[in-house]
Amino acid sequence: MNVKRRFLSALPRRLALLLLLALLAAALLAGRIAPARYDEQFRDYPNARPCARFPLGTDELGRDRLSRLLYGSRVSLLLAPAAAALATITALAIGLTAGYGGCLAESAALGFTDLVVSIPSLLLLFIARAMLPLNITPMVSVGFTFLLLAILGWTSGVRVILAAVVQARDSEYVRQARALGCRPCTILFRHTAAAVRPIAAGQFWILVPLFLVSEANLGMLGLGVTEPLPSWGNLLAEMQTAASLTDAPWLLAPAVLLVVVLLSLQNVLQSGEMH
Amino acid sequence: MAGSLAGGADSNQLRLCLRSDPKTFDPLLVDEESGETIRYLTAGVLIRWNRSTQKLEPELAKSWEVAGQGRRIRFLLRPGLRFSDGTPLSSEDVAATIKRMMDPGTHSPIGDSFRSGGGAVKTIVESPDRLSVIFPSAVANVERLFDQVGIVSAKPRNSRAVLGPFSVAEHKAGSYVLLVRNPNYWRRDAQGRQMPYLDSIRFDIQNNRDLETLRFRRGEIHMISGLDPVAFERLKLESPGKALDAGATQDSEMLWFNQVKRAPLPEYKKAWFASRAFRRAISGAINRQDIARLVYAGHAKPAAGPFSETNRLWYNRQVQPHPYSPGESMRALQQAGFHLSGKQLYDSNGNAVEFSVITNSGNKSRARIASLLQQDLAKIGVRLNVVPLDFPALIERITRTYAYEACLLGLMNIDTDPNGQMNVWLSSAANHQWNPLQKSPETPWEAELDRLMQVQASALDVTKRRTAFNRVQEIISEQVPFIYLVHKNALAAVDQRLRNLAPVPEPPNLLWNAYELRFGAPLSPGT
Repeated sequence: MNVKRRFLSALPRRLALLLLLALLAAALLAGRIAPARYDEQFRDYPNARPCARFPLGTDELGRDRLSRLLYGSRVSLLLAPAAAALATITALAIGLTAGYGGCLAESAALGFTDLVVSIPSLLLLFIARAMLPLNITPMVSVGFTFLLLAILGWTSGVRVILAAVVQARDSEYVRQARALGCRPCTILFRHTAAAVRPIAAGQFWILVPLFLVSEANLGMLGLGVTEPLPSWGNLLAEMQTAASLTDAPWLLAPAVLLVVVLLSLQNVLQSGEMH
Repeated sequence: MAGSLAGGADSNQLRLCLRSDPKTFDPLLVDEESGETIRYLTAGVLIRWNRSTQKLEPELAKSWEVAGQGRRIRFLLRPGLRFSDGTPLSSEDVAATIKRMMDPGTHSPIGDSFRSGGGAVKTIVESPDRLSVIFPSAVANVERLFDQVGIVSAKPRNSRAVLGPFSVAEHKAGSYVLLVRNPNYWRRDAQGRQMPYLDSIRFDIQNNRDLETLRFRRGEIHMISGLDPVAFERLKLESPGKALDAGATQDSEMLWFNQVKRAPLPEYKKAWFASRAFRRAISGAINRQDIARLVYAGHAKPAAGPFSETNRLWYNRQVQPHPYSPGESMRALQQAGFHLSGKQLYDSNGNAVEFSVITNSGNKSRARIASLLQQDLAKIGVRLNVVPLDFPALIERITRTYAYEACLLGLMNIDTDPNGQMNVWLSSAANHQWNPLQKSPETPWEAELDRLMQVQASALDVTKRRTAFNRVQEIISEQVPFIYLVHKNALAAVDQRLRNLAPVPEPPNLLWNAYELRFGAPLSPGT
């Protein structure tokens, strides 16, 4: 009975994980399973409805929507976690330095964080995009966009991580470790890091959907992934011009996928916390 | 009487939207689209350029004559003209208007068009209905310029006294502008009834096009100008009678290569861009029909030059869009020393032919055009990188640093006369985008363009002007400094109860004949 209950309680998380893994696999294998290249234009079939040849129809330029969705998932699902990991590591490094560096380091870290928060991120993105070399490939361009998201996105986690570091620093077991003569590196990386790790993991899982949505928003502003490379951002942007979503519900596929991924991530995250 | 033409108490009011608040109601100071719409509807002018017939027509002036080889223009005013506040119009008002317009302290954008030489513009009032305007040197096409000169009262009883069909009654900033019919408007219809027929026009300030379309669907507004092709097609499906395509505008989408010699580009790329054969081959590899069909849902025309065929006076019919022929382009490139290896084109020095095109971010049509260009050029082995930039960064690159290779942009062309393009075609001009601000023309064909533009600007004879500008269009087509892509059509949505609509591609598209617009069935004699 107990086993059954445990299985049922873990089922949503497992399903969510399975779904995420399946999507990741589909995205990684886009080159093999997509019916066409993401930039191939079938100009005689613009705005085609779903059919055997184009399972999700085609866009205004006759590009296969399913292929673009698969390739776009590869961009979004790989780069968003990478950017989230970078942002979390940055927040962790700053949090640990501030927590163990004394009052001055803490003030400096928090001041620096406030400074970064106060920078208008959209303006910075505009400026950075304008300063990029012109002849870079779309892939480099999208990589840079996510790098900027990571550079601007670490601030949200710093205070939470710092609070956890301070709590760990002042805890009994760390004091005992110090009294027993443990080296600072051991205290920092073994004892404190162990205490902070779940919080950092939580921050990572929060940032992944945040970056996915940010990229989608940037795509709508024309700042995200450049043509012809697809991403969830520029696929979602196409919905703005959709003549009628009720007449053509398949246009909602990228939005549905985004929601599914976000819900799955949320589920995995919540179940992880409960666990 | 006009109120009786419509079915209800408020139904003789035309309602539509302006995208932004007019900055001023002073007809001499207007310099933006919303203000120009209001000026067109309220200000009386001496001579009107008929947007439909594309001919000059007498308005407040009963007649006029140009003398002194374009240095003098003499007007005879219509008798009995009155401002909306009842003040009679006389030559003194016209003279005062011109004096104020030419006063440098007024900073009138229209006044700049009339400044032909170093001296002052003089007005001579010969009688209450007759006056002459004398310019220090000849002004080409001077009559046409008077289409924008709204005559204002020298001694108005009301600061908003006007001579046009409507006058401004109310304005709530950011909300609406209400125009009411001018009871003293001079025009009468064939039956002798005073125009305009509408009681009022209400412009709601609305910059969100989606909301504007929604309001039209709900019947809250009666017309929309400048509809995008997707919304137009949807409306056409729902109610075909409400969707109007007025034909190709003079606005053009185009691509050009950076030919500035001091641009920070590799020398081999500068050599490509300076090569007429290269530019012509790229132009021939672009499928303009596909751009019109896929990006504008068929509501655009392949472009050959600065003007579309709807500009009957200045469009050179001998100049046609470069035919789409990747094979021909490939042959021309090979003759120019390029060669194809695999799927990549190389120049004679072994450099892969690849360039970037910058365009403004957030413009969906241009992003799609860029995608089509990528695939078209890939067929001749040319790799194209599309770089959307925010507008200030783009302007910085094309006007100051010249750190770009090619640019995809649109040119808004409100003036249908070539004089409005002097700042584009003269080699010394700032908007001579491919190589601006030249001290002296760097190529023989640009020197020829300079000469021809000066000829058309100074000649008084229309035939001579047309000959010169026809040759300008031929040179542009031969040398391809701009690769013209398409002219988009003017698309509109209109309430089917509106009568006498005659949409034109040029602004103010649906309102150019607002004096004769009305609701309901056509008038029968004696109504």
